[in-house]
Amino acid sequence: MKRYSVFAVAREAARYHTGWERAWKSPEPKKKYDVIIIGAGGHGLATAYYLGKNFGIRNVAILEKGWLGGGNTGRNTTIIRSNYLQDPSAAIYEKSRSLYEDLSQDLNYNIMFSPRGVMMLAQTEHEVRGYLRTAHANALQGVETRFIKPDEVKKLVPIINIDGPRYPVLGALWQPRGGTARHDAVAWGYARACSDMGMDVIQKCEVTGVRQEGGRVVGVDTNRGAIDCDKLGIVVAGHSGVLAEMAGFRLPIESVALQALVSEPIKPCMDVVVMANTVHGYMSQSDKGEMVIGGGADGYNNYTQRGSFHHIEETVRALIETFPMISRLKMLRQWGGIVDMTGDRSPILSKTPLENCFINCGWGTGGFKAIPGSGWGFAELMAKGSSPLCDEFSMFRFREGKFIDESVAAGVAH
Amino acid sequence: MLILECPYCGLHADETELAPGGEAHLKRFGPGSSDDDFEGYLFMRENPKGVHFERWRHANGCGKWFHAARDTNTLEVFGTYSAQTTEPPQDIKDKISARRPGWTWREFA
Repeated sequence: MKRYSVFAVAREAARYHTGWERAWKSPEPKKKYDVIIIGAGGHGLATAYYLGKNFGIRNVAILEKGWLGGGNTGRNTTIIRSNYLQDPSAAIYEKSRSLYEDLSQDLNYNIMFSPRGVMMLAQTEHEVRGYLRTAHANALQGVETRFIKPDEVKKLVPIINIDGPRYPVLGALWQPRGGTARHDAVAWGYARACSDMGMDVIQKCEVTGVRQEGGRVVGVDTNRGAIDCDKLGIVVAGHSGVLAEMAGFRLPIESVALQALVSEPIKPCMDVVVMANTVHGYMSQSDKGEMVIGGGADGYNNYTQRGSFHHIEETVRALIETFPMISRLKMLRQWGGIVDMTGDRSPILSKTPLENCFINCGWGTGGFKAIPGSGWGFAELMAKGSSPLCDEFSMFRFREGKFIDESVAAGVAH
Repeated sequence: MLILECPYCGLHADETELAPGGEAHLKRFGPGSSDDDFEGYLFMRENPKGVHFERWRHANGCGKWFHAARDTNTLEVFGTYSAQTTEPPQDIKDKISARRPGWTWREFA
């Protein structure tokens, strides 16, 4: 692989950009791999990357039914933060956030990480108390956050209306090292690095069955033939239930639609990410100038990647009260993704009842921020059978009552 | 916009009038049941890409709970029926069979 650098740009500029090579290969599937990862989204690719980088396992295939990063990786609102309440969450999300900091250098691919700061507004007394508690928990966990007063909120976000009639801004939980990154680039960067290590990223390859013998996985059936493997990692987000059914076990997960939308591009007006969880809305400004807006998930099972319009309406209605200046903005695009929701709103990174089959799912509405940390931990789990980052996130925690309860702590928006 | 007919008041209610209530026909297990049964009842959920049965409530209408049969992959609604039943009535099953031959959902088919 030729490295990307300022010299490479200069060299290619001098010869009319004829020397760029493909970022990743498009190989035919082999008969057998040591490890197969189902799903070439961020989490699947990151898992493969750290399997190769940290554990030297490079005979790996990543199977993708659509195109690279075409699912939730390319549909989220790109927020990166780690201000969670529970220790296991803080550990994996903070690992992830810290990996994002030098991911561009690590992958030699510009993921445009922008640590612009993430602010979660407290708009009720209850939320103030909740975020004060989170700030204290974060201090113990080594996650840098602090609770800021309304005047500091206004200083950081001049376009905000802090005296809203229904939900005035009473303060905010501020994580200065949080931010955003370019979501497609995260998938592309990992795919390029995986391909460079000799792994096969195989697109348009849909898994149709999980083959097993004597309680252990031996391979998968795909629309491009059967492929054998020693270990299988299922990293398919919204379709986890479908794959689990193929593998013969059940999950405590329901798949629902989550929507996002962007406005027409405007001049720079807000250089932090603002989340308003009481009113179900969050907003940031992309490098192109679009206001990127997300809200709460729909309430019923859905695989269509389309959501209900009234949720968009509720989100925008709430944000207009908080940011009056966006009321005249035209919205350019709206889309939906299928998110896999667990009961405690925490992910599942786990062994499964099927031996040598592992599952990484349940990231729900907040998976993008976790991509590097999730890949790091899940690769360790697949390689060694245990990982300090993942062990608390077992799929068997529900039966034991060991929930990692973030549904209240983190609010609805991620 | 999802539109369901409330089997009690007969209104064609759009989803802003309705509250989703999750998976239908759950078998309830309490004290004395096995760990597997209790975990299954409390946490495990059907999550099919296709035919699905759900509970809904006509929250901003007559207030009654009812059941709906839907396809989660196309958002097609096969029909709604009374909450006072432990399995889908035959006419709903027939409607689904006409559209999705060979369907199964939990122990129903």
